[in-house]
Parts: sequence; structure tokens; C-alpha cells
Amino acid sequence: MTETIQNSVISVLIEDESGALARVVGLFSGRGYNIESLTVALVDAEQKLSRITVLTSGTPMVIQQIKAQLKRLIPVHDVCDLTEEGPYVGRELALVKVVSSGERRTEALRIADSFRARPVDTTATSFVFELTGSPEKIDAFIELMRSLGLAEVSRTGIAAIGRGPSVFHLNKEPV
Amino acid sequence: MTAAERDAGTGNEALNGAEVLLRVLDEEGVEVIFGYPGGAVLPIYDALFKQDRIRHILVRHEQAAVHAAEAYARSTGKVGVVLVTSGPGATNAVTGLVDALMDSIPLVCLAGQVPTKLIGNDAFQEADTTGITRPATKHNYLVREPGTLAQIVREAFEVARSGRPGPVLVDLPKDITVGKAPLTKPALSRLQRLRHQGGPDAEAIAQTLEAMKTAKRPLFYTGGGIINSGPEASDLLRRLARKTGFPVTSTLMGLGAFPSPDPQFLGMLGMHGSVEANMATHGCDLLIALGSRFDDRVTGRVDAFSPNSFKVHADIDPSQIDKIVPVDVRIEGDVRDTLEALLEGWGETPAPDLSTWWNQIASWRSVDGFGFTQDMAPSAVIRPQHAVRRLYELAKETGRDTFVSTEVGQHQMWAAQHFQFDKPNRWLTSGGLGTMGYGLPAAVGAQVAHPDALVIDIAGEASTLMNIQELGTIAQYRLPVKIFILNNHYMGMVRQWQELLHGSRYSQSYSEALPDFVKLAEAFHATGMRATHVGELDDVIRRMLAHDGPVVADICVAEGENCYPMIPSGAAHNQMLLGPDQDSEAAGLTEEGKMLV
Repeated sequence: MTETIQNSVISVLIEDESGALARVVGLFSGRGYNIESLTVALVDAEQKLSRITVLTSGTPMVIQQIKAQLKRLIPVHDVCDLTEEGPYVGRELALVKVVSSGERRTEALRIADSFRARPVDTTATSFVFELTGSPEKIDAFIELMRSLGLAEVSRTGIAAIGRGPSVFHLNKEPV
Repeated sequence: MTAAERDAGTGNEALNGAEVLLRVLDEEGVEVIFGYPGGAVLPIYDALFKQDRIRHILVRHEQAAVHAAEAYARSTGKVGVVLVTSGPGATNAVTGLVDALMDSIPLVCLAGQVPTKLIGNDAFQEADTTGITRPATKHNYLVREPGTLAQIVREAFEVARSGRPGPVLVDLPKDITVGKAPLTKPALSRLQRLRHQGGPDAEAIAQTLEAMKTAKRPLFYTGGGIINSGPEASDLLRRLARKTGFPVTSTLMGLGAFPSPDPQFLGMLGMHGSVEANMATHGCDLLIALGSRFDDRVTGRVDAFSPNSFKVHADIDPSQIDKIVPVDVRIEGDVRDTLEALLEGWGETPAPDLSTWWNQIASWRSVDGFGFTQDMAPSAVIRPQHAVRRLYELAKETGRDTFVSTEVGQHQMWAAQHFQFDKPNRWLTSGGLGTMGYGLPAAVGAQVAHPDALVIDIAGEASTLMNIQELGTIAQYRLPVKIFILNNHYMGMVRQWQELLHGSRYSQSYSEALPDFVKLAEAFHATGMRATHVGELDDVIRRMLAHDGPVVADICVAEGENCYPMIPSGAAHNQMLLGPDQDSEAAGLTEEGKMLV
């Protein structure tokens, strides 16, 4: 029985309390689930809710398990599989440092421009480019910078949200 | 906490945190705490000293406190409560917490912690208790503000008993229990979202009933969820089985939910289950799982598990459904509500004609996989199965309400096979985690909860030594627990696997240098007895049962006995080993299976 491995982007609304992120990360490591990337930040200060976006992979049965196991965590309010629920926008931010001069420096700047990557720090011998987009777009940019003096990369991992007017969490009931 | 909630508190009484804690425990209906004192919990012990509503049972090791509380919880249906100190107190409790997590036992474990200002400084007896117990509990808390203490403790109880029950730990820094804290009233629970809304899905119930009415070879596969759901669920199961005429099998954790002597009961299924239960599971065309979780000890080889059945899975924890075996119908919710809905839907439908199925079951039953031959010559060696059967029969003669705990290993399986239960909550065993050393402290917890009942720990000599210090607790509280040791001088289940899978190389599984259990009993102010031959067995059991104090009975049994039937790891239900003479390869014993546990 061969089962296909699929990628899934899962959003988790979780109470912003001590140890909450550790519960989520510990669940993934403890049960042998994969984390390709994970982002987290407070999104609702009033209700103290953070939103975690996890890019994970597994067979359909494993993805179902990941969602069911996440829902068991007491501080988790809601879990949404953006990959399953329909089209979504997924964006990642990257800071890419390129150290080079002469021809290669000019070429790096030209390519950055075509990717809409902005130089946010410039010295005579280096740039730090800021770039947002899909992980694939960032991969492509980094690949192109490799021969042009790529020195350091910092990426946030994907943050994602569903397209259209429907809302993941209305949160009408008291919590 | 809102201002309104704060005002609702009676902070003007100026209680300290420890007193607030005890008040909340009292309001939650706590009567007994199992614990062990230490520096970080001194304020709580001081508050305990000054009150007489909550009883404290002093154990001899924190692991035992948790097992005792587990048995207390499982035998009463209430939340068990544990109190331990920081650092080693908390780490010693971890095994018990995982045990409770695996077997869905509601517990609240209160742990002392160093003062909040010292957290993170590697202070004396400091451990990152919430970090260590995060995967060992259903949920845990560190109380950082006195104002949140009462609410967190109330919430801990709610988390422990709601939904699928489990252990909850509350870490209590010493400054929180020493300092003043408000006794806040229960606020509107922030956990309302966790409570299951409404009954089982009507469509799923309808699909199940439809399948039940057309099935030719149906089977109920019941688990610990029925026990957790309360005696009413057991009663509903019995009624549904009567109305439908369906056979019932049970997991280890579910024993007692359905009366084991009943002809409709096929016995336990799984690795050491009955022939009829396993063959019926393999051959059924409708499998209805009720509060059970398709554990690997039950399923054997997953892709060969019950291959031709329509499967229904009812569980209170949605994450258990489709986890191991994909099912056709999922019913989320309390199994009591599911049983009620099925009974109501079944109505007055006459029981279908299942005579072909029952005839098939009868032919499997005639194999008598639990059978054994005991030589009754007085000097003959005692077979462990015979010892358990006689214990059951003689205990039954007493007419007393009987609770049985076990350790882990062969004796546990023989107890499950040969001791009969007709009521829920009487069978206390470590199923999921398989914790050697569970049975003796569990007997303590059960006896504390039921002082007038007959409480027996069916033990192995190796397991029981793991928490033998609890004989001290038994002596202190004069608990008339009976410790019935099937002593074969081996870690029997390890020895059995070494025989079957590792060429009879008995690596480290012989119990060298065992204590004299009779003298050991006497050293702990209990009565010791010993039976070395079958001629002495009944007399020892009778004297043990008649004695009004604690007894350690050392029953010397056949050393090389194996536990059968056995489905070797990696084999299917129809590939059971029935006895020592069977070709093990034909029974699915493979190199691949050797890698499984």
C-alpha cells in the first residue's frame, strides 16, 4: 500500500500563554511529524491569541492525525488546513546578504530589482535584500544569488491566510 | 482575570495560597490525597495539618502516589489527587503520569516548585517540571500569580475529568502557597469550547443501525472508554448486547464492562486474547469499536486486522478515529450517549438470526485456548493459570466485592484470562504503558477508596519488587491488601519472548537473589504465606482471604510456563500460537516481527 506524501499548510489559533508554542512543537517532534517551517506571532492582543502557521508534510492519514492531535491541546482554539480548505495566500519574508563587487554586484542588484527585492542595507561591498513571496520564489532568488556573492540568508517561514471573504475564526463565543 | 472576578473572591479572609488550594480541593469533592512531603510543599503540608476534611495517605515513593491515585480514580470514577514536592518529587511522579495518560485516568498532580524568583537558577530541588511533564500530561500549569491559583486548580479538575480523561499537573512555586491568595469563585469557564456539544451525529448512528440490522457476523469490540464513561455505559452495553444478540469482546482496559462469565462474551482480544475473540475479530463482517483505540496489542498486523468488516468507531477523542485502522463510520462523543442512541434506534427490532455466526464462534470456542492441565497430585508443581483460577473461585465464594490490581507481564495476562469480572471498575491494570510496579500501589489506592472490599494484587515476583516499599504504606494504614505473587523466578514475559524469538538465551531475565517474601512480609508487619506445591494452594488462598490484615502470598509456580494463546508481533489474528508444540513460523513469527515490540 503506497500512500502519497502531501504538503499541508496548517493554521493554528492558540492562546498566547507560557509554553503554548512548546506544546505544539513538542507534539510534532514527539509523534514524529515533520515541520518544514513554522511561524508564530500574536494576532489578537485583546483575546491573547497567537496564530501559528505550520508547513508540514505526510500521508493524508498523518495530516488528519496532525490536525486532530493539535485540536486536543487545551490552549488551541482552532485548527485550519489551508491546503484543504481552498485557495490561500502564503508568503514568506527573506533577508539575503550578498557580498560582492564589480560586475557581480551590478548583476545582483539587477536581478533583485526584477524580483522586487529591496536593498535595506547597502555598503560599498554588500547588500541586504528584503524579499517577500512564495517559498518557491525565494528559493529561486537565493539560487540566482549563489554565483553573485550570496553570504547569508534569514527566512521567516510561511505565513498564510485563506483567499476570499470567508474567515477562519469568528470567535463569537466567550472564551 | 477580570476585575469582576477578582471582586467576587473572598480575599478579605486573608488565606494563604496553600489554604486556598485546600479550600478548592474540598469544593471539588476531594476526600483523599496521595503524597509525599518535601521542602517546596511544606506550606501545603502545614495547611493539611490544620484541617481534617481531606485525608492524606503518605506513600513511600512518589511513583506509588500516582499509581495509588490512579486506582482510586478508576475504582471510584472520581479524580485522583497527588501531592509531591519539587525536583525529584515531581520527576519520580512522571512514570505514573504517563501511565495515567496512556490509560485515560483522571488525575490532578500538585507539585511544589521553587519560589518564582528562583525559577531558572538551578536552585536546590529545582526541575523544569512543566517542561518535563508537558508530554506526560493532558495539560499542565505553572501558577505564576496568586490571583490565578484558585481558578487554575478548578480548571485542572475540569480538564482532568472532561472529554477523554487524563492527568493534569499544577506546578506550585513556594511563594504562591506561602503568600496570600484570593479564593476566587468559579468563573465562567474558559474551557466551554472544550466540552462536547450535543450527542452523537444522527447520520452516523443511522448508518451504524443500518449496518447492524443487515450484518451476518457482527461484533462489539469494547474498551476502557466504557469504564471511563461510568457504570451507566456498562449497563447500556449489556442491554444493547441482549437486544441484538451480538457477541462482545473487550480490550484489557475494558474488562468488567460486560460480565465475563456471560455466554455472549468472547473474552479479551489481542496478543494474549481468546481464540474465539481473535477469530471473530478476524472473521466478522461488522466491527463496532466502542471506546477502544486499536492499540497494537489488539490489532496485531494492521493490514491484516479484521480484513472483511464494515467498521464503526465510537470514541470521545476524535484523534483516535482513523489513527491506526481506517473506519467506515466515525461517531464522536461520549460512548454512553452513543450506546443510548443505538439502543433507542434499535428499539423493539427483534434480534436477528445469527445462529450460523454463533455456531462458528462455538467451534472456535471449543479449541479452549486458555486450557491447561494441572496435575492434582499434592506434590505437583503449581501451574500459574490454576493458581489464578483457584484464587478467582475461592474469592467468589467469599461473596465480597472484589477489586483486582496487577503488575505487568505474564501474571497480568493470566489474570485477565482466568479471573472473571461481572462489574466495571473492579479491574486495575497498567495497559498502555505497561508499568511494572503498578499493582502494589494500585491496591493501596483501591483499598483506601473501598475499605471494606477485598483487594488483591495479582503480582509477579519481579514486578512487585519495583514498588515493594509500599508495604510500609500498607502497614501504616492497616490496609488489608492481599498480594498474590506468582513466583516463577523469571521476568516471565521477557523469558517467554527470549525463548520464542531469541533462541532461549535468557539474558538477564532470571530473578537472582530474590528475597524471602514471607520474611519480607513479616518485616513490614504483614503476614507471609507460601505455597510450593499444588496440595498447599487452596489452603494458602483460603487463609489469605480469611485474614483480616495484609498478606503476602508467595505462590511458587512452574518456571517455564508460557502465556498462550499468543499472536506474535507482526502476525495476524488468525495466526495465533496456541501452545508450545506449534510450529512458530506457521504462526506468523517472522524476522520482521522481531523488530516490533
